Amino acid sequence: MGNKRFQSSLTKKFVMAFMGLFLITFLFVHLGINLLVLLPDKDYFNLAAHFMSTNPVIKVFEVVLFGGFIIHIIYGLILQIQNWMARPDRYKIEGWSHKSPFSKFMIHTAAIIFIFLAIHLGDFYFRAKFGAIGDVLINGEHYHDMAALVMAKFLSLGYVVGYILAFVILGFHLHHGFQSAFQSIGLNSKTYTPFINGLSTIISIILSLGFIVIPLVIYFGS
Amino acid sequence: MDLTLKIWRQAGPTVKGKFEQYSISGISTDSSFLEMMDVLNEELIGKGEEPVAFDHDCREGICGMCSLYINGRPHGPDGGITTCQLHMRKFKDGETITIEPWRAKPFPVIKDLIIDRSALDAIIQSGGYISVNTGGVPDANAIPIAREDAELAMDAAACIGCGACVAACKNASAMLFVSAKVSQFALLPQGKTEAKDRVRTMVAKMDELGFGNCTNTYACEVECPKEIKVTNIARMNRHFLGAKVSG
Repeated sequence: MGNKRFQSSLTKKFVMAFMGLFLITFLFVHLGINLLVLLPDKDYFNLAAHFMSTNPVIKVFEVVLFGGFIIHIIYGLILQIQNWMARPDRYKIEGWSHKSPFSKFMIHTAAIIFIFLAIHLGDFYFRAKFGAIGDVLINGEHYHDMAALVMAKFLSLGYVVGYILAFVILGFHLHHGFQSAFQSIGLNSKTYTPFINGLSTIISIILSLGFIVIPLVIYFGS
Repeated sequence: MDLTLKIWRQAGPTVKGKFEQYSISGISTDSSFLEMMDVLNEELIGKGEEPVAFDHDCREGICGMCSLYINGRPHGPDGGITTCQLHMRKFKDGETITIEPWRAKPFPVIKDLIIDRSALDAIIQSGGYISVNTGGVPDANAIPIAREDAELAMDAAACIGCGACVAACKNASAMLFVSAKVSQFALLPQGKTEAKDRVRTMVAKMDELGFGNCTNTYACEVECPKEIKVTNIARMNRHFLGAKVSG
């Protein structure tokens, strides 16, 4: 008893919600660019990747984005640890009354997404920044051949399976996370909440399926 | 009906507890769950054993004293009722029933199935009231209140403070309880004057007492014997955010 918290539980939830919604908007941008790799002309993807890594506005957003991820992760961990501490003695029979099956496993899906993110950043983001990547000539200028890197990665069955699993898990995370964010910031009404719940399902399916389609097309199309 | 009961036995707050198994037979399907517990206790007393300690008072579903986490659900398998309103016909003959106390850090076990829920009282003391000057009795209809607000406030005020929301929540969060208490005042003109301070102090007290954080699983709404809605939690979030923004 008697533990004063530096921020209230509700403030932390607001931060989680806003950061979560911000990260979802980023996922849509990321998906839009990724889908370009499926076009027959890989120049579009390579030019988009170049734009994303060099444009000054995007560079500012990159910092905001990393900050968003870190805050979402740290606050999520703090909230989860406090939640575990709030029930030191577990029940013999665990309850299953929650309305969404995914809501109970947010920390577990988050852990898998975090592992995926670490591998993903190592394979693409940091490699593009610091590693050796082949060049491609577009309109007389040299660009990183990110498309070739992606195509090569998605020829490995293990990589494709891992990638798909990660995005199925992300879908579960977002299915609860999107609609939950609105409740956390106090938006719950019988007029629009059914719409938000429906949108949550649609967004989670679009984002996970959208990302999953890419390795499938590359693997089976090659 | 014949039943096997697995009941949490704990001699005191600082003693380690464990499950004890009891067999009980000849229970009427028409008896209430607590009557079944009474029968068990009479048998235990007859054998010279310590009866199982459990909370109960009105046995009419309105006082909020009874608790019990039955087969993984606060107040048992039926919806919208307290344990005292639960009947044995909701169970199968020969069934094994596991009975545990509410488990949460702010709800320490006093004995067996009795827990100390005074943490909820501490939250009420922190802001769950309105301040009024004494004097002449005001006219009942002097302040107009929209019917919808009156209904919502009454729905929130139906909370009996039993703690089932805390027991059901995977995070042992008291948000449904606190939000119901915040809402029942904030929705009415008399409660609006102190609304900002109330939401701030009650949330701060809830955090301080070590309740978990809400992760919107809505298990509380499912298990609440008074069917308090999670829209109250959204309202409290909204008011808290408003109080924070406006300073």
